Amino acid sequence: MPPMIEADALSKRFGNNTAVQNLTLRVDEGEVFGFLGPNGAGKTTTVRILCCLISKTSGEATVGGYQVGVREDQARIRGMVGILPENPGLYDDLSAYRNLDFYGRMYHCPDQKRGESVERLLRMLGLWERRDDLVGTFSKGMKQKVAIARALVHDPKVVFLDEPTANLDPESAKTTRDFILELKNEGRTIFLNTHNLDEAQRVCDRIGILKTSLVAVGSPGELRSSLWGRKTVVHLVRLTDGVLAAVKGLSYNGVEVVDGNKLVIDVKDPDDENPAIVRTILGAGGDVRFVTELRPTLEDIYLRLLKGGERGTAN
Amino acid sequence: MRLQDSWTVAMKDLSTFRRKSYILYSLIALPVILSVILPGSLLLSDKGGAMPAATLAQVLQAEFSILIILAAILPSVIGSYSFIGEKVEKSLEPLLATPASDEELLLGKCLAAFLPSLAATYVGAVLFMSISDALTYSQLRYLLFPNLTAGLTLFLTIPFACILSVEFSVIVSSRVNDIRAAQQLGALIILPMVLIFLLGETGTLAIDAAHLLLISGILFAGDLALAFVSRATFQREEILTKWK
Repeated sequence: MPPMIEADALSKRFGNNTAVQNLTLRVDEGEVFGFLGPNGAGKTTTVRILCCLISKTSGEATVGGYQVGVREDQARIRGMVGILPENPGLYDDLSAYRNLDFYGRMYHCPDQKRGESVERLLRMLGLWERRDDLVGTFSKGMKQKVAIARALVHDPKVVFLDEPTANLDPESAKTTRDFILELKNEGRTIFLNTHNLDEAQRVCDRIGILKTSLVAVGSPGELRSSLWGRKTVVHLVRLTDGVLAAVKGLSYNGVEVVDGNKLVIDVKDPDDENPAIVRTILGAGGDVRFVTELRPTLEDIYLRLLKGGERGTAN
Repeated sequence: MRLQDSWTVAMKDLSTFRRKSYILYSLIALPVILSVILPGSLLLSDKGGAMPAATLAQVLQAEFSILIILAAILPSVIGSYSFIGEKVEKSLEPLLATPASDEELLLGKCLAAFLPSLAATYVGAVLFMSISDALTYSQLRYLLFPNLTAGLTLFLTIPFACILSVEFSVIVSSRVNDIRAAQQLGALIILPMVLIFLLGETGTLAIDAAHLLLISGILFAGDLALAFVSRATFQREEILTKWK
């Protein structure tokens, strides 16, 4: 199946400043792709290039099979994507309904379909009763919901969401995340820019970490195993020199003592290797309380990658 | 070019203007004040009918050119909101993300500033002409307005002055971040119109058909020149990355 979004050595420079460098990625149809990176990493610039809002300096990109940067394809791409920018950017002096209706018209939705789409989205987001109220009277969370509805009013195949839960209270953020998952279930392709690692982990099929260029890409699980490896933690009653020597004798690359009585061991396959480790410890006279696997959070991986400037592709 | 997209943008802007009290007041108050006060004060100051009929007609004709100034002021009030307002409220990016072309969006925005300004100026013109005719008929024994000069002013000079001001608003909006600053800078465009008015009032320039055609031609040339500049200014990438 051809990818819904594809970038090949995509770069963007503003004068002497490089915003995005040699970005190569592929997002399949129906996939939720998370784009993580610090401020100024080039996430918004990438979205703007892919939505044909700004030009690329070099490289190639396609969205839905159309070529980014080719004049005849620009309007087609803009017509098939929905975008939620960092700021909701709604018209405060218009009602929620009128805001969405206006964008429906701008995306050339036929009258009947437009009306149905606006009603369906406002009902889904719990705003139908407030449809005639001016958006200026809405809370931040409600405005964000209207902005999300605006991105979907023309039933786009691809949705770009730039920090959709930034500045939202926990309840609104949860509603927004749930809505993203609903969009995923509808089979839409979602490109999600976020700082929120927990959010990325919850909703994204794959994650790309960007710091001007792509530092790593893969599913959260793949990133963990390829960039962090797997670690077994053995919680002992008491760690003796004999136990430590016996474990080190197993020739693992990494054996670390933590908190005085825990051994953290780099393993390839815990299912296969943990029984041998436990047998070795018991044989050396150690008492094992329990054995766990150390699972790094996405935050651990993210910080390690960004600090170390490591490069990795998990798939 | 899909004119429907431009019209949709214009209608949306006009809907938002209805809720902006300062735009409404400007659109109502300025034409009423200028159109009532100018002929009214002239005729009040000439209570005894001392002014010869020919001079009275000439002065009123010259004062009619105040409407050219009005046609240039109003777009600077509305246009600055139309562009800077969207920039300040950060609503331009979603608009730019729609399939509409830069030209369609620009035309829509310009129409939103042009149409109400022109309509308000025409309302002012009708008031001016009605009041002038009502107050001078007994002295002149004929209806001064409408006449050829007024017609040229209304249908050539005023629209061209209005377009010039709209285009100037686009250019100003690309350089400032504040609606008031945009209005103040945008108001600079009225200076040539003020000059025309003063020259007419002092009798230095006869506001006749030939001069109005010349003035309209110059304004039209200005419209064409600023159309290229404003079009070059109003480009997606320029707006998102360089409009300060």
